[in-house]
Order: sequence, then structure tokens, then C-alpha cells
Amino acid sequence: MQQTTDIDPLVRARGLTKSYGHVEAVRGIDVDVRPGETFGFLGPNGAGKSSAMRMIAAVSPVSAGELRILDLDPATDGPAIRARIGVCPQEDSLDMEISVRENLTVYGRYFGLSRAECRERADELLDFVQLTDKAGDSVEELSGGMKRRLTIARSLINRPELLLLDEPTTGLDPQARHLVWERLFRLKQQGVTLVLTTHYMDEAEQLCDRLVVMDNGVIVAAGSPQELIAAYSTKEVTELRFGAGEHEAVASKVSDLAERVEVLPDRLLLYTDEGEAAAIAVHERGLRPIAVLVRRSTLEDVFLRLTGRTLVD
Amino acid sequence: MELVRRQFDYWATTYRRSWKGSIISSFVNPLLFLSAMGVGLGGYVDDSSGPQSLGGVSYLAFLAPGLLATTALQTAVSESSFAVYGKFKWNKVYSSMTATPLRVVDILNGNLLYVGFRLATTCAVFLIVLAAFGVAGSIAGALGALLSAVLVGMACTTPVFGYSAWIKTDAAFAVLFRLGLIPMFLFSGAFFPVDQMPDTIEWLAYLTPVWHGVELCRGFTLGSAELWPGVGHVGYLLVWIAVGWLWARTAFQRRLVEASS
Repeated sequence: MQQTTDIDPLVRARGLTKSYGHVEAVRGIDVDVRPGETFGFLGPNGAGKSSAMRMIAAVSPVSAGELRILDLDPATDGPAIRARIGVCPQEDSLDMEISVRENLTVYGRYFGLSRAECRERADELLDFVQLTDKAGDSVEELSGGMKRRLTIARSLINRPELLLLDEPTTGLDPQARHLVWERLFRLKQQGVTLVLTTHYMDEAEQLCDRLVVMDNGVIVAAGSPQELIAAYSTKEVTELRFGAGEHEAVASKVSDLAERVEVLPDRLLLYTDEGEAAAIAVHERGLRPIAVLVRRSTLEDVFLRLTGRTLVD
Repeated sequence: MELVRRQFDYWATTYRRSWKGSIISSFVNPLLFLSAMGVGLGGYVDDSSGPQSLGGVSYLAFLAPGLLATTALQTAVSESSFAVYGKFKWNKVYSSMTATPLRVVDILNGNLLYVGFRLATTCAVFLIVLAAFGVAGSIAGALGALLSAVLVGMACTTPVFGYSAWIKTDAAFAVLFRLGLIPMFLFSGAFFPVDQMPDTIEWLAYLTPVWHGVELCRGFTLGSAELWPGVGHVGYLLVWIAVGWLWARTAFQRRLVEASS
């Protein structure tokens, strides 16, 4: 029997696959994005997030599986879908030869907006991303954070129902990131559905209602940030730092104090629901760590557990 | 066509930033070339070989339509080499357009129309200068030459669009310029009749679109155009445009839609 929901999802993928020649970048993923929510794709570089996003943006053709966006088929209704969504690509694709404001007005014309509408929306959006005083400048003069905000503004020119953001804050300084987050949060409050990719766990925790963790082209976990922490990590983590080279030896003495112990070159991680109790027990066994930190589990713990600590380039 | 029309403001905005410089150079270039080669070198050629060697016309009148066609060639190549490559590689303008209702074929045709406009304006200015030298022919002849120049320009444009979308690095342009642009400029009958050359080179010249463009332009400015050879030239140039367009469309599609990023 078909599963019934109150509202149809804006994006519905079943067994969605993307291959480039013999390389399978996305290997059969199922995704539902519901109206009004913020949905995240997390994963290390090369996990297939951007390839999935390019299919959802109705740019890159689906290699296999089923994909419906706004209840339309991207293979046949690409222009109609793209007319109703906004795309903020990973790399800023702004036109350096024309002004900040012209980047918006010219882009609005591609959506069939009148010149007057383009001007009105451009001014409104420049205000929204706090670039009004840069309107006449050339794009080259903008900082990285300003370019990102302009790209976000451009993706909103057609008042999209669904906004796709591929790594919206990669490469930005903390102030710029917080400003972008705050603007995205306001869009969410206005009812815009957001789909974003990120490899920043704090970004996912701040913004996403639901997310999937991708690794190697498949979804390895799905849920809300809290659900994922509950399922793949413990409530708390106790970090213990000993002298260099002692961590392996200490690990065997404390392994019964936590659900899971992870040895890193510079510290031991004890995954437990009672972080303080674990720290006290360590001291009671006569062990004297140089430093002790008890903290709440984060998505980062989930992420590293699921996708490993090996560096991916 | 509606989706192509939506790009008008983009190209108009881009053109507004450069039109003054481009109009000035469209005036200055023919002025310099016609003075030096048409009048200077031409006087020398006419004196030493007599008028019958070029079919009874002065070297200036022989050269002028040739320069018009090669100007179309140069304009075409400059608007479709780095200008196109850069929109894939450096500022990603095309890629930002693919996120809108525009389809790849609309993006390609919009850009081609802009090149057509650039060819028409540059060649029209060129013809005004030719008229000042008294070698633009009749009004009908000059209009025919203008259309011919735009046609040969487009026949050079669509294949270069394909090339620019197909190459991996901009170093590949050196090959295009040395093996394509410069030989076509020099050996397509703009400066001397190609039958002066060894047979192989003469036949290679007949294969290039530029030779057909030169012949068409010359036929119109000198008033010597004949119907069937003219139809042949136009048909041959249309084939170049069509084949180049198909290549460009495939290369654009591959680069913008099928590539992994």
C-alpha cells in the first residue's frame, strides 16, 4: 500500500543514481523533502552531494531511478522546474564584467520578469543581503562573504518555492557565516523550503530540520540532528589527554567505563551518557590525564563515526 | 525564441561597457590597412603589373572586399575563442544561466546572435570606410557585401564555439590561431588571387570558408557577382554554419550538463 502523507514532498527521489562514464557518483538514494523544511546533505568531499544537488536542480540528467521535483519530471519539464527554484552554486558564478545590481537585474530577465520587476526585486534583495551601498560597484571589489550573499540574492530573484544551496558558507569567515545563516533562517521563517549541502556540522545543526549523511554515493544515515546523535553517538563525550604515546595503553584500562572508546593521536574519547561519572571513575583508577573535557555529543561525532576519520581529497 | 530574447539585457549590458572602443577600432583598422596596403602597396602593384593582372581593377578595389571578409573572420574568432572559453572556465556565466529556465540550446543561440550583431556592426563600419575610399561599390553591392561578410563571419563563429567548448586548456587556442586563423587570413584570396599559389595550397584555400566569403564580397563590391557561383558560396558557408552549430551544441551540452561539475 502506498504510504500517505498530508502534503506531497517537493522533492521525491527513489533509487536516484548518477554515473559519469564508469564512475557512479550517486548510487541509489531515496530522499523526500517536505514543504517548509530545511533539508541537509552531509558528507565528505566526493560523497555525491553536489551530483545529487545538480540533479535536483534539474540541470544534470538522472542516470537511473526516479526523481520528481515540485511534482514535475526534470527530464521533460526542466525549464518549468527551474523557473520555480533557486540555485546557489558551490562556486560563485557571478559576472565580473557587470555591476552588483546588474547581476541581479540581468538574471531576473532569464525568468521572464519585466524590467520593472527586476529593478524592484534587485533593490529589495540587495537590502535583504545588506549590499545596497555596493549596488553600483563591480563584483570584483566585493569580499568573499559579499559575493556569497550576492549569489544568494541572485538565487532568490524569481521568489523560489525551493532554494538549493551547495555549501553556502564554505570559505567564509565566522562573521560572514553567521550573517548568511541568519538570512537563511529568515527565508525559512518566510516558508521557503531549503535544501543544502555542507560539511560543517555546526551549520547542519543550526539550520537543518532533517538531514542525510552521504558517503561514497549512498545514504548511510537519515534523521533530525537529535535523532542521529541518539542513534549513532552517546549523550556525552569525555575527552582525556595524556602524554604522547600513552593513549593506547590507557585505553585498555578504561574501556569498560564507556560504551565506546576511540584512540586518537592526541587524546582518548570516551562515548558515554554520563560524562562526569566517567571522568571521576578514571581518576579513581589512579590515572592522571593532563586535561579532561566533558562535552555534549555533536553531529560531528556522528559524522566521523559514519564516514571515518580518513582524509578525503 | 522567447528564451533567447530573455538574454537580450545581458548582452546589451555587456556591449554597453565596450561599444565605444569597439566602434573606434572598427574605424581605425580599415583606415590603416587600406592606406598602407591598398593605397601604398596598391600603387606599387598597379604601376608594376598593369591593370589587367587583377581583371582590370585597381589593387585597392581588389583588396577592399578581401579585407572586409578577413575582418569578419577576425571579429568572429575574437568573439568566440577566449570570450566563450572564459564563460565556461573563468566566470562560469553559462553555468549560472543553466540554473534558470534557459536551455543549453537557448544559451548557445543567444550568444551566437550577439556575435552576429557584432559582425554586422563591425562590417557596416568597415563598409563606410570603404565607401570613403570609393571602393564599396553600389548601394546594393555594399549591402550584399555586408550580408556576405556576416555570413562568412558566422561560418567561422560556430566551429570556433565548438572548439572553445571542447578544449581543456586555453593553450589550445595557440593551435587554432596558428593553424587556422593566420593561414586563412593570409591565403584565402584577400591579398592576392589564390591561383598564384601551388595547386595544393590553392585547393586548401577553396576548402576554407573565408575564400568563399572573399569571393562573395568581391563579387558584390566590384559588381561582378554571378548567380550560380554565388549560390555555391552561400551554400558552402551555410554548411559550415550548420556543422559548426551541431558541434557547438554537443560540446556545450557536454560541458554544461553532462560534466561532473
